Amino acid sequence: MSTILEINQVVKQYGDYKALNAVSLNIPKGSIYGLLGPNGAGKTSLIRIINQITMPDSGTVIFDGEKLQPKHVQHIGYLPEERGLYNTMKVGEQCLYLAQMKGLSKAEAKKQLEYWFDRLGIQGWWNKKIQELSKGMAQKIQFVVCVLHKPKLLIFDEPFSGFDPVNAIIIKDEILALRDQGATIIFSTHRMESVEEMCDHIALIHKSNKLIEGKLNDVKRQFKTNTFEVGILSDKPEALMQALSQNFSTNPAQFKSLNNEFKLNIQLGNASPNELLNSLTPFGQITHFVEKIPSVNDIFIQTVSGS
Amino acid sequence: MSIITLIIKREFITKVRNKSFIVMTFLSPLLFVAIAVFVAYLSSMKPDTKRIAIHDKSGLFVQEFLKKNSKKATYDYQDLTALDLNFLKDSISAEAYEGIIYIPKVQDTKLLENKIQYISNDSPGIAFIENMQDIVANKLTKANLEKAKLDTLAIKKAQAKVVINITKASGEESLKGLNEIKIGIGGAFGYLIMMFIIIYGNMVMRSVIEEKTSRIVEIIISSVKPFQLMMGKIIGTALAGLLQFFIWACLGFILLFSVSLFFGVNIGPVSGAQDVLSAQPEMSSSAALYIKELWNLPIAGILAGFVVYFIGGYLLYSSFYAAIGAAVDNQTDSQQFLMPIIMPLILSVYVGFFTVINDPHGTVAIVFSMIPLTSPIVMLMRIPFGVPLWQIAISVTLLFASFLSVVWFAGKIYRIGILMYGKKPTWKELYRWMK
Repeated sequence: MSTILEINQVVKQYGDYKALNAVSLNIPKGSIYGLLGPNGAGKTSLIRIINQITMPDSGTVIFDGEKLQPKHVQHIGYLPEERGLYNTMKVGEQCLYLAQMKGLSKAEAKKQLEYWFDRLGIQGWWNKKIQELSKGMAQKIQFVVCVLHKPKLLIFDEPFSGFDPVNAIIIKDEILALRDQGATIIFSTHRMESVEEMCDHIALIHKSNKLIEGKLNDVKRQFKTNTFEVGILSDKPEALMQALSQNFSTNPAQFKSLNNEFKLNIQLGNASPNELLNSLTPFGQITHFVEKIPSVNDIFIQTVSGS
Repeated sequence: MSIITLIIKREFITKVRNKSFIVMTFLSPLLFVAIAVFVAYLSSMKPDTKRIAIHDKSGLFVQEFLKKNSKKATYDYQDLTALDLNFLKDSISAEAYEGIIYIPKVQDTKLLENKIQYISNDSPGIAFIENMQDIVANKLTKANLEKAKLDTLAIKKAQAKVVINITKASGEESLKGLNEIKIGIGGAFGYLIMMFIIIYGNMVMRSVIEEKTSRIVEIIISSVKPFQLMMGKIIGTALAGLLQFFIWACLGFILLFSVSLFFGVNIGPVSGAQDVLSAQPEMSSSAALYIKELWNLPIAGILAGFVVYFIGGYLLYSSFYAAIGAAVDNQTDSQQFLMPIIMPLILSVYVGFFTVINDPHGTVAIVFSMIPLTSPIVMLMRIPFGVPLWQIAISVTLLFASFLSVVWFAGKIYRIGILMYGKKPTWKELYRWMK
């Protein structure tokens, strides 16, 4: 898979503070790329470099095979975390202005705006001022401004904040649709469940360094501990525990179920899942047998608190 | 359309469409005229007549005072020598006298020079006291002259009265009041340029702060360079200012033109000013003369000077304003940084009004009309008095050169400032940003 954005050894220093310490990332075309990291990790610094708001002190950024340069702003759409529009300017004029800044002609901008306003059901807002709109409504406008010029690369910083659940789903579907049309999406958020749901690649930045990068499934595989969550209805728990402790390490587990079974986390070690099953079956009815796959949340917490 | 034109256009349209711009452009000249008329009306109003009691024991002066009484006079003198002085004093407020002039009876009138009293509960005006002193002094002088057996009529004839006529080397006679007109015009334009710089500089700053606090700046500078944004903003706002000035200039011309017509003054250079005056003697009021002189001023030069110095001064100062706007989060925080900017502006107005007016071509005036921070105002005040072209050339060159260097530093502060939120920066930090 070819990459749309290649970040090589980028360093950014603010005074004595190093915001990015030789960070390298490869963002594959057509992916939804989750950029994760605790507050102050350096995500915004990196996003600003991609947007050419600031320049890296060293290192290179390659956009679609070329060194990143001012003409590329036309192909990048950016939704910053701190949203803002001109409060006293009319919605339509404002969108036209911002679209023209991204290199669209006035006619083309107008056509696109009509398409998007229609699509999001906000046709009536053209002559409204931003200050007359609610926060969520303004967010929608901002989303439109961000995607209007059909960018190849979209950068969303916390795209769902400020949206109610209904609108959040609308925006999520739009993001997925844009990906299906060929756009690449960089997605920076602290909402791990949406990363889980949408991203196919992730990178984790912590304290100015990249700690993890890769396909979401690969990262999960890398972090899995070969642990199975087991539920068993057993009359002889003591015997069961004794049998298990010979080959496996066990911990009590917690999960929801309808039965009053015995719940365990069992780490396989070198054994296979079938061997575990075989050692379980003599002791009762197995009601639950699932491999524990680490969630993004687990990976995040484990990596950040472990470093 | 290039991006910078796009920004200029937006800034211009936003400013011009703003209600306060429209109100200020069309209402403030009206307001200005209205205030002038109002002040003129107030000063033409006759103040209340004040009653002054005269208690003249000497009997020498009472007639002199009574002679001054007329319907138009502010003071109404009444001879109350017959009444007792203490009784008069007691009845000041009851009888609504402004005051009592008490002139004692003396042997030698010489003694009177410092014996006369004015008794009042209120402090009298200086002009009134001087007026009374003049009346007494005139009478005394006259008496003294007679006593010395001098011919008062001959002395009066011998007194010379001198009027110096001011003429230009070119031979054309000019009006005595012309200097006052020049001061007035120069002062008005100098003051106007200061107001323009402050008002439009502030607009730039407000607009920067607005973009910063609404956070839209992050979206914009992901499409354009911060420097382009700053310049677009400065230029767009300047165009709005020039439009406003242009409208005012047009209104001013219409006003001057109609006033000139009203007084029957021929418009156009010098030609036939005398003919007009001789042809219409009844119109040869001094007003007509002044208006005539107004037309003779280098109006085109002054207007061109205003435009050039407004652009230069505004560009210079608004770069500071833009940098400050970027550095702070809200307007209250900007005060600390605005102080050093306003100072040179105020200084130049003072220099203009105290130095240029007394000596338009003196060293101080020349130096201040060269220093870029003060030159827009000081030079503009000098222009009506006629400034050599080379001085203007140097001053304008210095102004625009310093603009270029200031805008470069301002751009650096701006670039960093717009992305800094929260803390109000210190002077030290601003200096670091510039490096």
